[in-house]
Amino acid sequence: MEVSEKRIEEIIHSYQPDRRYALAILQDMQREFQYVPREGMEALAEELGCPVSSLYAMATFYKALSLVPKGRHIIKCCDGTACHIRGASTLIDGIRRELKIGPGETTQDGMFSLETVNCLGSCALAPVLVVDDVYYGKVTLEKLKEILQTVREGGAV
Amino acid sequence: MKKQILICCGTGCRANGSMNVVDAFRSEIGKSGADADVIPQIKTTGCNGFCENGPIVKIMPDNLVYYKVKPKDVPEILEKSVLDDQEIPRLMYKDNEGNRVRSQEENPFYAHQQKLALRHIGKIDPENIEDYLELGGYEALRKALQMTPDEVIAEVEESGLRGRGGAGFPAGRKWRTAASYDNFPKYVACNGDEGDPGAFMDRSILEGDPHAVIEGLAIAAIAIGAEEGFFYIRDEYDLAVKHVKKALEDAEARGIIGESVMGSQKRLHLSVVRGGGAFVCGESTALMASVEGRVGEPRAKYIRSVQKGLWDQPTVLNNVETLANIPLIIRDGGKKFAEIGTETSTGTKVFALVGKVKRTGLVEVPMGTSLRHLIFDIGGGIIGDRPFKAVQTGGPSGGCIPESMLDLKVDFDSLAKYGAMMGSGGMIVMDDRSCMVEVARYYTNFLCEESCGKCTPCREGLRRMLEILTDICEGRGKEGDIELLERIGHAVQDASLCSLGKSAPNPILTTIKYFRDEYEAHIREKRCPAGVCKNLTRFEIDEAKCIGCDMCAKGCPAGAISGEKKMPHRIDPSKCISCGSCREACRFDAVKAVGRGQEA
Repeated sequence: MEVSEKRIEEIIHSYQPDRRYALAILQDMQREFQYVPREGMEALAEELGCPVSSLYAMATFYKALSLVPKGRHIIKCCDGTACHIRGASTLIDGIRRELKIGPGETTQDGMFSLETVNCLGSCALAPVLVVDDVYYGKVTLEKLKEILQTVREGGAV
Repeated sequence: MKKQILICCGTGCRANGSMNVVDAFRSEIGKSGADADVIPQIKTTGCNGFCENGPIVKIMPDNLVYYKVKPKDVPEILEKSVLDDQEIPRLMYKDNEGNRVRSQEENPFYAHQQKLALRHIGKIDPENIEDYLELGGYEALRKALQMTPDEVIAEVEESGLRGRGGAGFPAGRKWRTAASYDNFPKYVACNGDEGDPGAFMDRSILEGDPHAVIEGLAIAAIAIGAEEGFFYIRDEYDLAVKHVKKALEDAEARGIIGESVMGSQKRLHLSVVRGGGAFVCGESTALMASVEGRVGEPRAKYIRSVQKGLWDQPTVLNNVETLANIPLIIRDGGKKFAEIGTETSTGTKVFALVGKVKRTGLVEVPMGTSLRHLIFDIGGGIIGDRPFKAVQTGGPSGGCIPESMLDLKVDFDSLAKYGAMMGSGGMIVMDDRSCMVEVARYYTNFLCEESCGKCTPCREGLRRMLEILTDICEGRGKEGDIELLERIGHAVQDASLCSLGKSAPNPILTTIKYFRDEYEAHIREKRCPAGVCKNLTRFEIDEAKCIGCDMCAKGCPAGAISGEKKMPHRIDPSKCISCGSCREACRFDAVKAVGRGQEA
């Protein structure tokens, strides 16, 4: 979604002006805009009466927050221990070959972002891939191709 | 009699399509035109812990359980097992002897378990407070309200309950200390920032039985005199966040919590804080910084958080599983709880049994159960009956335990003695195809990324160790590396600020201790015995064993395998990327890992 002053204000004002909600507000911005915009941090700093740098510190500290826009489809490849020993790195290499992106990167067309996460708590289904919040278990390189194709065509598998 | 259809809708089963099964049941029942008095009730439950075999469908009161149910199976289940009393053998679990078993109790995965913390999960609809109340929910809170805070704490002390989040600190003592301060307001918090890769019991409990945790936290609040509390839940756990929020709303609407706790003079407000995706926030002081809306860095604990925690006020922070046990302890008494388990580690522990084991999932057993029992009787042994190599316990800061210690009885103290730890209860089983150096590198990489960077030993020490381990894995290891790792490891243990840093070298030190030969093979022979480290590994097909089924070639991402059907295949070394897919695909053990330097 386009970053707008109005949406930023709405997000900020859906909480009490209290420092303890800073993380929640930044997370809402991330969800809304796929990243935390500078304007958002500035507005929030003014509201809370804190330096922008302290919010910037949070935006760079927490993995859930990003300072650059992410792709339209977020691929989360679990590289938790169970997934790791059941072949997560093979999947990450597979994605690298298919999409030419590594962890933390976004494809040039802005279609996909790849993230690795440290365990999604679905270890019994290892290796696990999550695309746009849909879980795929026991993913093989063959299944990976199918998943990417279906997401490209705009549906869930 | 009306039957109930319980469909597991935990994250695992959802990934396997359980929501489609729920829809199929709903529409089939609608179509069937069955009489109102036989229309079965559908319940969507929390995680049964046996996710690999999901979606799991249970038919009650027949206690008939079906696994890996697909929407296309639904009409048959409805016709035969719901509207009639027949079994469908193909959907039932096959035990070790190949017999199809009806109930969960007969399933070898569940048969040895004793469920306390997981007592309701799979039986109730976590989004329906009625289900929880029907099973005696919130009775323990009512009882606690009639007791003095001192009596409540004494009960928890007598139970011997120790924190399930990793450190194993006695919960009763923590409560006692927090209660002793006259400094108000006080806070309670639930640590649901389950960050250890390979552990998912907290997710399962929050998703499957949120009211039990709320009840536990409410009892803690009453015991120490807190009026506000928080659930800090990992950002990745969508369903858990959703269920806890719903449960809090329902509990508040019923007057269980809120301005008056169950009609008493006491107030209690509980809310959910979503984590920001930082492993270090599972550490108590970092978690509190995060709840306060700051960067989640730990602080030195000269003053404990029970005295000065959230906003510098006395705070009790307990883990999800710990809190789930509390209502039971108050209801049945601490003494009864203490009868389970071992002398110094009472009760049960939920383990996430995962990795290269046949039956993976959540397992709750009394403390003091042996590793062998867990892995071989409950877990059914190693996939493909390959040799067992090690089990990693305690998450990234835990240790690897070798085969010679399989008879170790698992409790807080026994594991610590061998350099491993209970941690949150992740148990990752590894076979001969897991490289222990690479495993150590993996954990160190994880901890390196997650180190908050505040103190130097953890920030710099881990980075240097990661560089050395990466060199070893990639064939650049040299004499003296092992000793250097040990030295840095001990320095990081001694000098780090928080327990995350102090325990971070455990994976390295235990793998060196028990699997030194693997390190030496990497360094001296430039060979990875497990065939995992790509720079040191090449794959070959044993022509005598290959039957030419073509499975390896189909799975090869590099197109490096060729051969006529039913004739031995071969791998073109110039195309091979050493990913090992062929070895995984081969059912005849014909693909062998060989060192890069060796010619077979």
